Amino acid sequence: MRVALAVPCYVDQFRPQAARATLALLERLGCDVRLDFDAPCCGQPMFNAGVVTAARAAAENWVRQSSDFDAIVMPSGSCTQHVRHHLPPFLGSGTAAYAAKVTYELCEFIAGPLGRPTLAGRFPHRVAMHLGCHAQRGLRLGGASELHQPLDGPMHSLLAGLDGLTFATLSRPDECCGFGGSFAVGEADVSVAMGCDKLADLDASGAQVLVSSDPSCLLHLEAIARHRGSSLRTMHVAELLEEATR
Amino acid sequence: MSAPVGAARRGHSEAAAGFLVDAERAAWHDQSLWFMRQKRDKATALPEWEQLRFAGSALKTHAMSRLADLLEEFERKATANGVVVHWARDAAEHNAIVLGILHAAGVTRVSKSKSMLTEECGLNPFLEARGIEVVDTDLGERIVQLAKEPPSHIVIPAIHWKREEIGELFHRTIGTPAGESSPDALAAAARVHLRDALLNAGAGITGANAIVAETGGVVVCTNEGNADLGMHSAPIHIACVGIEKIVATRDDLGVLLRLLARSGTGQPVTSYTTHVNSPKPGGAMHVVLVDNGRTARLADEVMRTALHCIRCGACLNTCPVYRRSGGYSYGHVVQGPIGAMLAPAVDLDVHSTLPFASTLCGSCADVCPVRIDIPTQLLAWRARAAAAKRLPRGYALLFPLLGWVLASLNRYERLARWGRRIQRLLPPSWISGRWNPWTRPGRALPLLADESFREWAQREGRHT
Repeated sequence: MRVALAVPCYVDQFRPQAARATLALLERLGCDVRLDFDAPCCGQPMFNAGVVTAARAAAENWVRQSSDFDAIVMPSGSCTQHVRHHLPPFLGSGTAAYAAKVTYELCEFIAGPLGRPTLAGRFPHRVAMHLGCHAQRGLRLGGASELHQPLDGPMHSLLAGLDGLTFATLSRPDECCGFGGSFAVGEADVSVAMGCDKLADLDASGAQVLVSSDPSCLLHLEAIARHRGSSLRTMHVAELLEEATR
Repeated sequence: MSAPVGAARRGHSEAAAGFLVDAERAAWHDQSLWFMRQKRDKATALPEWEQLRFAGSALKTHAMSRLADLLEEFERKATANGVVVHWARDAAEHNAIVLGILHAAGVTRVSKSKSMLTEECGLNPFLEARGIEVVDTDLGERIVQLAKEPPSHIVIPAIHWKREEIGELFHRTIGTPAGESSPDALAAAARVHLRDALLNAGAGITGANAIVAETGGVVVCTNEGNADLGMHSAPIHIACVGIEKIVATRDDLGVLLRLLARSGTGQPVTSYTTHVNSPKPGGAMHVVLVDNGRTARLADEVMRTALHCIRCGACLNTCPVYRRSGGYSYGHVVQGPIGAMLAPAVDLDVHSTLPFASTLCGSCADVCPVRIDIPTQLLAWRARAAAAKRLPRGYALLFPLLGWVLASLNRYERLARWGRRIQRLLPPSWISGRWNPWTRPGRALPLLADESFREWAQREGRHT
């Protein structure tokens, strides 16, 4: 399977270790991973800010890359959601429809097309799981409390199979962390208030590690944790799985 | 509480920042509403809940697709039942019709049960300016009326008031003992105070949770019974209704009423659900059907499902942004996620920041009993705000530039290299200060990695 690793712009720049872990993990699982997916961004930041004209060129450039691959994996639920749900109606092209069909969030890809819903490994820590809202309610990669579903899904099953890992229970497990892309800056005060509440919930849960499949949520929560002097370790799920299965 | 006036002009984020200054109150507001959300979760844990939501959505779609027919059927049936039906194109016509009914009967004192439509039309100030006394008889509504404020939540209008504050307000306005803050004592005092207004009004105005085409009847849900007392004790009952409240049949109501109570307050059914089909003996009943922008909304293919809203308030209770920014930050009669998509249709210039007051987390869509896809519509409103040159401050400059950079790998990589260079050269205090919205309120600046993934891949010879 010719798998492209599509690294979102902000992962490339702010959390490259998540992309490196994704690469190592996919290769360990037997994928032929290609790194020549040469588009920096799917256009989500502009699209979500309403500036759709500015989103178009980036989006077209992104989907154009997709035609060379059988599968495209992204270590980001929110970018995957944008590619899958927004780009086909936005661009209205066959290329966009193809890109939407073959693009996967990392855990979704491992548990789905790769057929590995659990992994053998060890991670003896108390872990709090944060599923980004776009992964959870956009891609339905986890149950939603509003719909009375348990919070499982591919990320949960991959983590649950690791030896020694215990889950910390949050009082509001699927509450948004407050990032929201341009919201984090345009509505900075509410964004930080939400992030602070999330951290308080995480602290109260006794979690040692916060894990997420969305580096954008981690970026925001880590920035708040750092400001508060919290010792919580933040990991992208690729980093955790890579470390646990090493 | 800060005054709600001017919230829309300032924009949601500024108003929300004002609300968050009192961190303790903001946390309490969040907790109070989350409690409602949890009540909703318990009450909606039914095996058939999702089927009910689909049914609710379908019957609203059906009603909106036949809106004109159903309204005419309603008018025929209601008229045959002895009800006088009025049609109002907008808020001004609505207010004039109500005033005309009151004048014709020489009424100077009105009791009013909770009605978001009359809030939308500004009926209270309109009548009061013309010498008519209006007493809101829903307890929460009465609290904000005594405080001379608009409701801050469509279902729980005084949710932002603490009981001690209500004690002080009642002491000042209706003469309860100083320092009294027990909910029982305050409610008892309010009951005596409101009973006088209810029994001595010349007309009782109510809203309606639904009107039924099949029967020509009006349905009103309350938990306090105030609407029933008001409409039955006064000689005239005036029901003020938005035309989207129509449903085809009484069977449809069974679905809607279950969805409404469980989603809104977490009750199996509201305490009082009253069906009024005709005037009481010797009395008069009027129904004022109000458009006020609704048919224009119906013609808007992208946004029309906004008309499905049954005003349960569940999206407000679950919204992490509403919970932390308060109702007044929306500067609109309907707040929260649903308000953020209704308000721009009223006036995009005034309410242009509301579609941006969301992380698009999607919780509102998942709690919505009639399955309105709120996040998608907020996104569409953002694009319309951009097209109308009404983006939040900074967006119009930043995002086209960002789009230009991100459309080209070359430009993107060059900009990132410059960013890294600047980050190394400048002292951290220069790039994180009050001017930088990321770091301003208690969040550290995320730092660019020393080496991007692409740079690493190229250095390792992995980029093929």
